[in-house]
Amino acid sequence: MAKRIDVSGLTAYYGSHKAIEDISMTVEPRSVTAFIGPSGCGKSTFLRTLNRMHEVTPGGRVEGKVLLDDEDLYGTGVDPVSVRREVGMVFQRPNPFPTMSIFDNVAAGLRLNGTHRKSELNDIVERSLKGANLWNEVKDRLNKPGSGLSGGQQQRLCIARAIAVEPKVLLMDEPCSALDPISTLAIEDLIGELKERFTIVIVTHNMQQAARVSDRTAFFNLSAVGQPGRLIEIDDTERIFSNPSVQATEDYISGRFG
Amino acid sequence: MTTPAVTDKSAGSLHGARLPKWFPVAAVAGSLVVAVAIGLGAGLQSRVQWGLIAAVLAVLSTYVVAARVEGRRQARDRIATSLVWVCFLVAVIPLASLIWATVKRGVKVLDGYFLSHSMAGVADTQPGGGIYHALLGTLEQVGLATLIAVPIGVLTAIYLVEYGRGRLARAVTFFVDVMTGIPSIVAGLFVLSFWILILQMGYSGFAGSLALSILMMPVVVRSTEEMLKLVPNELREASLALGVPKWRTILKVVLPTSIGGIVTGVMLAIARITGETAPVLLLVWGTNFINTNPFQDPQGSLPLYIYQQYANSSGSGAAYDRAWAAALTLIAFVMILNLVARGIARWKAPKTGR
Repeated sequence: MAKRIDVSGLTAYYGSHKAIEDISMTVEPRSVTAFIGPSGCGKSTFLRTLNRMHEVTPGGRVEGKVLLDDEDLYGTGVDPVSVRREVGMVFQRPNPFPTMSIFDNVAAGLRLNGTHRKSELNDIVERSLKGANLWNEVKDRLNKPGSGLSGGQQQRLCIARAIAVEPKVLLMDEPCSALDPISTLAIEDLIGELKERFTIVIVTHNMQQAARVSDRTAFFNLSAVGQPGRLIEIDDTERIFSNPSVQATEDYISGRFG
Repeated sequence: MTTPAVTDKSAGSLHGARLPKWFPVAAVAGSLVVAVAIGLGAGLQSRVQWGLIAAVLAVLSTYVVAARVEGRRQARDRIATSLVWVCFLVAVIPLASLIWATVKRGVKVLDGYFLSHSMAGVADTQPGGGIYHALLGTLEQVGLATLIAVPIGVLTAIYLVEYGRGRLARAVTFFVDVMTGIPSIVAGLFVLSFWILILQMGYSGFAGSLALSILMMPVVVRSTEEMLKLVPNELREASLALGVPKWRTILKVVLPTSIGGIVTGVMLAIARITGETAPVLLLVWGTNFINTNPFQDPQGSLPLYIYQQYANSSGSGAAYDRAWAAALTLIAFVMILNLVARGIARWKAPKTGR
């Protein structure tokens, strides 16, 4: 079910501006990989190249290879729409569809893909909401608008929406940065459960969070403003936070810069 | 003038002298009294002159008194406030008086008979007759124009916001801007020369609809474009990231989110073209008889009816009454459309309730 991601020599541009350069890494299935690094170093850009969302930005283009279990996402004839069904995404700010109820939000991915009977939808919505630890809070008001939930609930709703389409990989772009500590804890617990089923990649500015939730951590940095971001190192989270092999990583983690 | 209450200035740096709350009202009332006195004394006939004198006096006296009591900054604040009020009144008074005059003169002959009968067999100078033929013509012409302009306008806006990049999009935007400025008579002449003179089609409601749709299209494009731009990009990305194709994202996420605003824009565009007279005069020609078929032969139309009742009346009071009643019907029609638009906008607005 979960799939491995192999990135090699990936460079991404916004128009003529090179945002990230020559990134290669492997993301193991059924694990959590955290991306850390200073703002503007290209973590989010890199994350978005993993499900071809980067090219949605005007001027965005990508060179290099991203293999999802041996299949190149940027190969000729690959449909970005089917890539995004395999690789789901949760965004920084909760963004439930404002015109839809809680139920419709979770069912959106399935319905908008034009399938499924009512009974089947009911099952999947319940399973997804339970998977996102939201079911008990919303089961009595599935027909109320999703935008009426609190920020933390909305974010879990977005996670439920993302896992409802059964992706193989789940990308999370700073999913907790707009949330309070209690909601953050709920999402972190959830990430721990979800990694049994999915490959999870999470961008975070919170180093403790990276240490808490991830199995492996990648550190990104850029040499100067305007220069492309690069992958400095990727290793087991424990090693990155105790004994990183690059001095810059240690400086960043210990708060000496960035 | 009134004597403003002066509070103790030495109470501390945060306390300053303040004019009492009733001061603006008192200033206006005082200015009105003085203006009436000036008007009567100088023998000014026009009430408009009295009003203008009162407005100027109110603004000046507010400033002078506030500057003396409260200080210059507060006085400037008050002068800005009073100028805004004066502008508001200058804008509202003509509108209110227009509606008042139309209602007062329009209700004389406006009844069920007037709405359900045509002018067939009624001379322009005689009393009687009605606007049924004109109302029907206006509804059909505006309906057809809407059917033509809305799909083209909305699709153009979707292209511009969701797909348009580079030269073609810039060119389309430019021509939409140019179209916004086309005078209605020019749109009418264009359709006249193309549809009636070159293609040899006769006068008909549909010819009028063509010209009206030309006038309507840029308004629909502009308003829809603005509404689509208001849809947060995050929603599009959320949908795309679920593996939903772009066209379905637009259809199921972007359009439902903005449908309230789009409908409002369309209704305003309809309101704008409903009162157009020139293209109708050129293309629909007008008739006193009921013609239910907009594709053949001249039809009536409300704005045209108003114009003809006025122009052909040779001073007959009956024709004037009919013209006012038709004007009232036209205003009521546009107002109802606006209310419907607001209702739809509120009904379709993204829900935030808990």
